[in-house]
Amino acid sequence: MFCETWGVRVLVGLSGGVDSSVAAALLLEEGHDVVAATMKLWGGAGDSGCCSVGDVDDARRVAARLGIDHHVFNFAEEFEQRVVAPYAEAHALGRTPNPCIECNRHLKFRRFLDRAVRLGFEAVATGHHARIANDGPDGLPRLLRGHDAAKDQSYVLSMLTIRELSRVLLPVGELTKREVRARAAALGLPTAAKPDSQEVCFVAAGPGQGPRERFLGERIQLHPGRLVDRATGSLVGTVAAVELVTVGQRRRLGFSSLGRRYALEVDAASATVTVGSEDDLLIDEVELTERTWVASPLPVGAVVLAQASAHGRPRPVRLTDSGVRYIDGPDRRVAPGQTIALYTGDQVVGSGIAA
Amino acid sequence: MTGRERDRTVYLDHAATTPMCAEAVEAMLPFLADSYGNPSGSHSVARAARRALDDARETVADLLGARPGDVVFTSGGTEADNLAISGVAAGDGSALCSAVEHPAVLEACLAVGGSVVGVDRRGVVDLDELADLLDERVRLVSVMLVNNETGVRQPLESVVALVHARAPEALVHSDAVQAFSWLDVAALTASVDLVSVSAHKFGGPKGVGALVARDRAALLRPILRGGPQERERRAGTQNVAGIVAMAAAAKATVRDREEASRRVRDLSTRLVGGILETVPCVHEATARKDRVDAICNLGIEGVEAEELLVVLDELGVCASAGSACASGAIEPSHVLLAMGRTIEEAKRHVRLSLGHATTAADIDAALLAFPRAVGRLRG
Repeated sequence: MFCETWGVRVLVGLSGGVDSSVAAALLLEEGHDVVAATMKLWGGAGDSGCCSVGDVDDARRVAARLGIDHHVFNFAEEFEQRVVAPYAEAHALGRTPNPCIECNRHLKFRRFLDRAVRLGFEAVATGHHARIANDGPDGLPRLLRGHDAAKDQSYVLSMLTIRELSRVLLPVGELTKREVRARAAALGLPTAAKPDSQEVCFVAAGPGQGPRERFLGERIQLHPGRLVDRATGSLVGTVAAVELVTVGQRRRLGFSSLGRRYALEVDAASATVTVGSEDDLLIDEVELTERTWVASPLPVGAVVLAQASAHGRPRPVRLTDSGVRYIDGPDRRVAPGQTIALYTGDQVVGSGIAA
Repeated sequence: MTGRERDRTVYLDHAATTPMCAEAVEAMLPFLADSYGNPSGSHSVARAARRALDDARETVADLLGARPGDVVFTSGGTEADNLAISGVAAGDGSALCSAVEHPAVLEACLAVGGSVVGVDRRGVVDLDELADLLDERVRLVSVMLVNNETGVRQPLESVVALVHARAPEALVHSDAVQAFSWLDVAALTASVDLVSVSAHKFGGPKGVGALVARDRAALLRPILRGGPQERERRAGTQNVAGIVAMAAAAKATVRDREEASRRVRDLSTRLVGGILETVPCVHEATARKDRVDAICNLGIEGVEAEELLVVLDELGVCASAGSACASGAIEPSHVLLAMGRTIEEAKRHVRLSLGHATTAADIDAALLAFPRAVGRLRG
């Protein structure tokens, strides 16, 4: 409802990347009253992601170029509490959470949004590649995939609800990444050629193997684990740290007579990884916890599409009491802790976390 | 632009930096253009610069109660603090400083293996704890004159007496960066071995400061090497224009100090009194009697300082909170934490600091803006 309105007071979250830079520029062009803020989330060793000092510098330069005010919000404590600590704790339990989704859930679209509202802003904007259409029933907002399928980020926003969406603007969702970079270059924004961020921002990318290992090793006790074959029940190998094994993983698990081995289950308590063949990975049903619905809940039996990773293939599923059941044949097991986004067509309808 | 209500800027962040006084600007201009000499040279152009440098040194020394040879010009307060600490204390755990020091002292002290002395709830250094930590191994004790976040004055005389009694070999350093505008630093530090000041806190330019290093402290180990300047205690061509301006600012400050202090006392009384009267659930971090008038630190129930600063800024009022980290984000004040406040409490404190340029109209505007800002955030 805001996009069509002139002169909305918007707080744009500038991450220091090209997408949010262009988001701010587009809002200005549309005639909104734009102020920028960058969240300072992390200052640890892995200060490389969307909140490093370098990125704050870039964000400030973009704001200066656009002639808008820029603030830095220190949410480091909440980030530690809501994202980093739970990430480590989940690994200790053999789960594999998605920290970007938790950051969106707790920081960008709660802490940041709440602050924006208190500061008198009518909306916040980010540089996510997704679209919000205000044409739902009663004019309620709908969350849609971004125009650029290859860059679509609706998955990491799938836990949002109309409560947040009614105060969110996603200006770059209509553009392809190529168009975003072209706009940034045309505007002379210093972030025009900046590479996309890839890694988990608080896990230090560095030379050599295993930044995740290093990070988790400092946070939690890592235990050597046993690999037990599901078919035979026999011990077939060991891993250095059971907490670092992800369900579905095949690297470093060796071979059996049936081919590569895959991690089927991780039981951190007994330091056991159950392994099996690729076929053993297939499941018909996924149990979901922490289910969210963008608008009203869909009934059990409804048919939707389920997507288990940022750019995973959407699979038709039927909603069950406890989760979703694949309709046209089994799919690979989803690592516990991962988010499943639910769509009808290009529209996000809800989300859940694989149990 | 809509949403902005800045008709005028009310600058209440003079403890961060204060505008240059006219005397300082005027004094420095010739040295940015015509008098460009390097004071280390021997020809006429160099000698002119040298003369200005010597004059400035005499002025600064005199106003700080030191001899010209005691004054080491630096790039500012931070360098002066670092030079005092690294220049005296070896890395054997032999330095002590209070927990509320500016990071320039605190971190320099910790870097040489030093220890930190706690403060009480008022923010005053714990003399009993200091006494316990003092022994013959201690080489340096650093306690500031006025705290930059709370304005709290430290009992420097008692510190000196204690050090002389318990660790007669130890030197005493005092960061007087926030004090010089308001207090008679020369008198208050007469028995202190090392004293830091920073020009831009009292009407001089940024990037210049001084360390007084007298008598036993005169032989400092330099941090910057590569030249005989400042009696081999600080290498590098002197910032002549900045130093000349600092001397002019120091002169003006001392000349006007009593009058400015009196004026700021009245303005600050009205500011804090007005806020306490109009905004419920606000309290002062420190009692009036424990602090200088120019620095007011207020805790506001139910409001995050980071948010209050944004709204105040929109209303044209410049204030501050805590200390800024590399990204510019505000970190909870280590000073308030040392005073026993929780992180949550520390995050609700803002600092309003007045300066020589603060006017009654500034206070009027701030008294309008503050209740509005708090009211908006409390909803």
